[in-house]
Amino acid sequence: MADASYPEDLLYHAEHDWVRTDGDIATFGITWFAQDALGEVVFIDPPEVGSRVTKDEPYAEVESVKAVSDVIAPMSGEIVEVNTALADKPETINDDPYGDGWLVRVKLSDQSERDGLMDAAAYTASLS
Amino acid sequence: MSDTLTIFEKGAPGRRAFTCPTLDVPEVDGLLPEAFRRGTEPRLPEVSEPELVRHYVNLSKRNFDLDSGFYPLGSCTMKHNPRLHERVAALPGHARLHPLQTPARAQGALELMWNLERALAEVAGLPHVSLQPSAGSHGELAGVLLTRAFHADRGDVRTKVLTPDTAHGTNPATVTMAGYEVVKLGTNPDGGIDLDDLRAKADEDVACLMLTNPNTLGVFDHNIEEIAEIVHEVGATLYYDGANLNAIMGISRPGDMGFDIVHFNLHKSFTQPHGGGGPGSGPIAVADRIEPFLPRPVIVRGRDGTFDLDDERPKSIGKLRGFQGNYGCFVRSYAYIRSLGAEGLRDASETAVLNANYLLARLRSLGVADELPLAFGELCMHEFVLSGAPMKRDLQIRTLDLAKRLLDHGFHPPTVYFPLLVDEALLIEPTETETRETLDAFAEAIAEILREAAEDPSIAREAPYTTPVRRLDEAGAAKRPVIRQAL
Amino acid sequence: MLAEIGVGSLEELFDRQIPTAVRLQRPLDLPAGMSEHEVYAHLRELAAHNTSAEDELTFLGAGMYDHYVPAVVDMLMERSEFLTPYTPYQPEISQGGLQVMFEYQTAISELTALAVSNASVYEGPSAVAAAAYLARIANGKPKIVVSRGVHPHARAALRTTASAYGGEVVEVALRDGVTDPDAWASAIDQDTGAVIFAQPNFLGAVEDAAALAQAAKDESAGGPASDGHVAGSGTPQTAVVVGSYDPIPLGILRPPGECGVDVAVGEGQSLGNRLDFGGPSFGFFAATEAYLRRMPGRIAGETLDVDGKRGFVLTLQTREQHIRREKATSNICTAQALNALAGVVYLSWLGRRGLVELGELLLQRTHYARTALTSVDGVEALHEQPVVREFAVRLDAPVDRVIARCQDAGINPGFALAREYDEYADGLLVAITEQRSKADIDRLADILGAAVAAESHPAGAHA
Repeated sequence: MADASYPEDLLYHAEHDWVRTDGDIATFGITWFAQDALGEVVFIDPPEVGSRVTKDEPYAEVESVKAVSDVIAPMSGEIVEVNTALADKPETINDDPYGDGWLVRVKLSDQSERDGLMDAAAYTASLS
Repeated sequence: MSDTLTIFEKGAPGRRAFTCPTLDVPEVDGLLPEAFRRGTEPRLPEVSEPELVRHYVNLSKRNFDLDSGFYPLGSCTMKHNPRLHERVAALPGHARLHPLQTPARAQGALELMWNLERALAEVAGLPHVSLQPSAGSHGELAGVLLTRAFHADRGDVRTKVLTPDTAHGTNPATVTMAGYEVVKLGTNPDGGIDLDDLRAKADEDVACLMLTNPNTLGVFDHNIEEIAEIVHEVGATLYYDGANLNAIMGISRPGDMGFDIVHFNLHKSFTQPHGGGGPGSGPIAVADRIEPFLPRPVIVRGRDGTFDLDDERPKSIGKLRGFQGNYGCFVRSYAYIRSLGAEGLRDASETAVLNANYLLARLRSLGVADELPLAFGELCMHEFVLSGAPMKRDLQIRTLDLAKRLLDHGFHPPTVYFPLLVDEALLIEPTETETRETLDAFAEAIAEILREAAEDPSIAREAPYTTPVRRLDEAGAAKRPVIRQAL
Repeated sequence: MLAEIGVGSLEELFDRQIPTAVRLQRPLDLPAGMSEHEVYAHLRELAAHNTSAEDELTFLGAGMYDHYVPAVVDMLMERSEFLTPYTPYQPEISQGGLQVMFEYQTAISELTALAVSNASVYEGPSAVAAAAYLARIANGKPKIVVSRGVHPHARAALRTTASAYGGEVVEVALRDGVTDPDAWASAIDQDTGAVIFAQPNFLGAVEDAAALAQAAKDESAGGPASDGHVAGSGTPQTAVVVGSYDPIPLGILRPPGECGVDVAVGEGQSLGNRLDFGGPSFGFFAATEAYLRRMPGRIAGETLDVDGKRGFVLTLQTREQHIRREKATSNICTAQALNALAGVVYLSWLGRRGLVELGELLLQRTHYARTALTSVDGVEALHEQPVVREFAVRLDAPVDRVIARCQDAGINPGFALAREYDEYADGLLVAITEQRSKADIDRLADILGAAVAAESHPAGAHA
C-alpha cells in the first residue's frame, strides 16, 4: 500500500470518494484514506450496469475482514461500466485506489453537482 | 508439527466404527421408489473407532480452554463450569426424556423448569419467565417481539428502537429482524447514556430502549431511574440485555431499576459451559403487562401441585423454536443456583466486581495505565475497558498485537475491538473464579509485554510464536472462501 | 485486595457505583446453597419423576428421536478442551474447535449434496424461520408458502418471526399424506419469496421433493422456470426453495442438492445428541453457492498461517452481527458448537456405509411396523405413502386413552396427532429407531392392540 496521496486532478466527496470526469462520463472510486481505514479489501458487492446512482447515496459495499463500508456516490447518473477485475483481485482497491482500483464508470446526469465537491487541497485539509 | 489432516483425509475404504444391528425383519424390495432414492453415497469418513478417537482427542489438544487457563474475555463471563453439572445433566431421567412426553410423566422436568423460572424471576425482579429462547440473542429477539405484540395489542404502531452506541452487535441485528429501525443514542463522558440525546429521540414512535446495565464499558448508569421514566413516559418498553448480570446478582435487580423485559444468558452468569460456541440458553423475565404475550407453552401449576404445559395462550407471540427450550442447560444452571443459594449468588457477583477492580488497580500500580488507560470512570463493575490508543502511538503496537503476545504467556486474551466506541479497545472480565495469584500473573504479563515492546515492537507484532499455528491469513480466507474439505 | 483498589470495604465498591434507590435491601428470596451431594440427590429425585426412554419402550418421535448415542460422543463432549472454551475469536489457540467446524460443514455439505454449510444454528424449527429470513433479504418478496407437512413448531416459529418483517405465511394442505401438488402450485406466484416443505414430512411420508421444487420455480417465475440464478446480490427471479430434512434417512433418500432445493435445513438431534427434553441440539443450514454470503451463523474457513501451515479461521464475518450489526444476516452469536461436534463425530462413527445401512434397516423395520400395526383390529394406515422411519395410523378408539393404557404397560406408542392437527384427530404417529427391534415392534403391536380393544368397548368409545 502506497503512502497517502490525493491526486490533484480529481474531485473529492466528504465520504471519502473521488471522481475523475471525462466529458459526461465519470469514474468513481474510494480514496487512500478510505482504503487505509478499511484494511485489506476482501470483497466488493458491485451494482449492475444500467442502474442509477444518486449523489450522496450508497451504490455499493466494500468489505474487509473486519469491516463493511457503504460506498457513496459523489455525483448522480447511470452506471455504464463496472470494474469486474475487482471480483478476483479486490485488493487492487488498496494497491491502486485511483488507477486500477476504480469502481464504476457513470454517465453523469447533472454536471453542476461538481460544485458541491472538494479539490485535493480541501479534502486533505478536511482529514486532519 | 505437520499439516493437520481432516477426518475426511484419514481412514480407508471399508473401515468403520458402527456395527449395524442385523436385519431381524423380512426384507422387502421396492419400498422406496427409485426416483426417491439416493444415487451416490455421501462421502462420509471411513474410520475405525480408535482412529476416530485419536483424531478428535488430538484436535482437542489444539484448543485453549477455561479448564486449562485464565480466560478474561470481556462480555462473556468465563467462569468455572462445575463438573457436577455434567453428572446431573447425564442422568437418564433428564437426558433421555422426550420433549413430547405426556406432562403427567415429566413432572420432574416441569418442576425443575418451574423452580428455575422462580429463581430467575427473583434475581431479575420481574415475575414472569419463559425459558424458551435458545441463546442471548434469541432472548433479545423474543424481547423485541414481545414489545411489538404489546404495542399492537394497544392498537399502537411504532417503528423505532433505541440502542446506545456501545451496544453489542446482537442488539441492532435483532432490531432489524424484528422489523424496527435502529436509532443510536450517544454516550456521555461518564460512560452512561447521554440523557439529552435520549430526551430528544424518545418520542411516541419509539417502541423500546434496549440497554444493559452495567453496560459494555463496565459502567453502571447512575441515571437509570430517570432513563426508565423518560422511556415509560412515551409509552415505550425498557429492555435489559442480561449479558452483564454477573455484576449485580443479589445486589441490584433490573426489575427494580424499571426494566420491563430482561433476558438472561445461562451460558454466562449461570455457568452453562460455552462449548466452543454454544449451546447456550436465553430465558426472559417480564413485567405483568408483558406477560400475556410470552412464548407458548407456559408452565403452569395446578391446585393439586402438579405441573402442566399451557398452550392456550391467545395473545402469545407464538414460538421461537421447537419444544420448550434447551432443557439440558436448565439442568446445569438449576444445579448451580441450588449449589450457591441466595448468599452464594450474591457472593459471586461481589467477588466478580472485586476481582475486576483489583486487576484494574494492579495494572495501574504496574504503570500500565499510561499506555492502556481506563476508557471511562475510576472504578468499574465486573469488567473494564482499556484503550490501546496511547500504546499504539507510543510503542507502535496495537491492541491486536498485545492480544497475540498474551497467547505466548499462556493466557487467553481479553475481548478486543469491542465496544466500538473505544479506540483500540481491550475489554477485560476476570470473573469471580480467579484467584489473586492469577490476576497478579496476568497483570505482570501485560506489563512485561509493554516493556518488551518499548525495546522491540516487532516481537509483539509478529506474535504468537508458541501456539499450534501462528497468525493466519484471514483476508485470504474471506476472499477465496474454502469452507469444506475438497473430496 | 481492597487496599490495592483503594477502598475501605466491598460495600464501598457498590455504594460508589450503584444508586441506593436501586440497591436490593434484602437477601434474594431463594433457598440456601447446598453441598454437592445434596444437589446431586435433589436432581436425581427430580429425574426419578420423569418417564424417560430408559423407563419405557418408546416409539415417540415427531421431531426428536431415541437413537443410540455412542459412548465416544459422550467422552469427546466432556473433554475440557471442547466443553469449556468460548467461540474461537483467537484462531491461533482454537484450531481444534475451528477444524471441528470445518469438518462438520463438510459432513453436512456431503449429506445434503449442497455446496455450502454453516457451523450450526440452534435447532430445526428456528432454522426454518432463519431460511425464510434469508429469502426475505435475498428477494424482498412478501409471501412464504409452507406445506402443512412441515413440523408444527417450525411453522409456528416461522409465523412468529415473519409477522415482524411483514412476511405473509400461506399454508398448503396435505392430501393422501403428502403436500397437495395442485394446492401447492396454485398457492405459489410471483410474490412468493420462499417455499418450504419437509422431507420426510411430519406424517412420515416421503415427498416428491424434486417435483415440489420444480413447481415452485415454475410458478414463482410466472412461467417456465429460469434457473433461478442469483447474480452477486441481485434479485433471484424465483422463490427460494427451502427443504426441512430429517438427516438420518439421507443415506438412502435423494439429497436436497439433487432435487433443486436452494436451502436445506433440519433438526440435528438424531445425529449423536440426546433427547434432553427438547434441547440443546443443533440445526443444520446448507445452501447452494449463490447464497453463501447471505447465510446466517458462523462459518469456518481454511487458510494458511505466516509459516505456510494449514489452519482454520472464522470467515465471512462481515455477514454477522458483530460487524454488520443492523444489516446482519442474523443476530446469532452463541450457536450450538458442542452439539455440532457431537453431530460430526456421530456421522464419522456411522461412516459412509453405516449411514446407508442404518437407513436401509430403518426402512425395513418401519415397513414391518406399519404392516404389523395395521394388521391389528381398530388400527389402519392414515396414509399409504412410502415411509422411512416414521408413519401415521388411525385408531378406532380415543387416542389419548390408548396411549395412557400403553404407557401403563410400559410402552409409549407414539404421538397423538390431535395435539397439532385437527384434521387427524384419531391419528397416532409412530417412530422407529435402530434401538427398536422386531421383538419390540411385536410387543408394541400386542399392547397397542389390547389398548385399542379395551378403549373400543361401546360404553367407552365415543365419550
